[in-house]
Amino acid sequence: MKCEELLAMLNEYVDGGIDPGVCEQFEKHLVGCNPCQVVVDNIRKTITLYKAGEVYELPVAFRNQLQSALRAKWAETRGSSK
Amino acid sequence: MSEPVTDGELVRRVKVGELEAFELLAGRYSRKVYSLARRIVQQEQDAQDVTQQTFLSALEHLDGFREEASFSTWLLRVATHAALKVIRKRKGLPTVSLEANTEPQEGYDTVPHPEYIADWRESPEQLVGRNETSRLIDEALQELDEKHRAIFLLRDVEGLSVKETADALGISEANVKVRLLRARLQLRERLTQKFGDPERRFQPHQHVETASL
Repeated sequence: MKCEELLAMLNEYVDGGIDPGVCEQFEKHLVGCNPCQVVVDNIRKTITLYKAGEVYELPVAFRNQLQSALRAKWAETRGSSK
Repeated sequence: MSEPVTDGELVRRVKVGELEAFELLAGRYSRKVYSLARRIVQQEQDAQDVTQQTFLSALEHLDGFREEASFSTWLLRVATHAALKVIRKRKGLPTVSLEANTEPQEGYDTVPHPEYIADWRESPEQLVGRNETSRLIDEALQELDEKHRAIFLLRDVEGLSVKETADALGISEANVKVRLLRARLQLRERLTQKFGDPERRFQPHQHVETASL
């Protein structure tokens, strides 16, 4: 397996959906290839960092606006049951 | 302590006429939807518009929600559509995407090879939560085009499956995979330029360089 072949299978390897036979070849390549090892590690860390990224809070004024809009929509589409 | 009410139960209550149940759902997911919208459209006012449209549309179409997908996945799909529509409008493009009909299969030959390869100086655990890190990861995300950005966010941040991501965007699973790979590689490249240790840098292997000449 060459580096570029490994690249095409990177998603499956990182996500754990790789065919066991291919996985063996993939890992055999990794053992002898520092750059690919580091690329795989970099990708994993990249994903981890984005996953752990901050959640944006809704501005208070917008939260209120959203609630009013939902209530108006409810009244409009479901009549005045509430 | 009572068990938290499931989304499915709340959806059923909305369907029989309880507005409060929908408000609970909105409370559960508004930050998630708003955060996704912020990251796709990269602008606060547009993100608010997208969030509002998403919940209004969800309220209007909830009767048609067949509960095959989870409520949150369905909501993220609605939000992604609204966000991409805003971007198309901004660019002066027709707001109905024709991509699903005309979409060609993208190949792996256009996937860029990694260039800057280095161990990171710090672990993600050390980096996370710093203002500087948030700024750098947002900047790297902004450099992706919206198609790649949306795929990366749905798949890697929100945890949708390849199929759910493909359904959300109306493209093939094969193209989701190729674009996700490009997105991941581009983000890796940018972040490694920032977080990589120059003293632990590796040159790409010779056969990669030969192949790319």
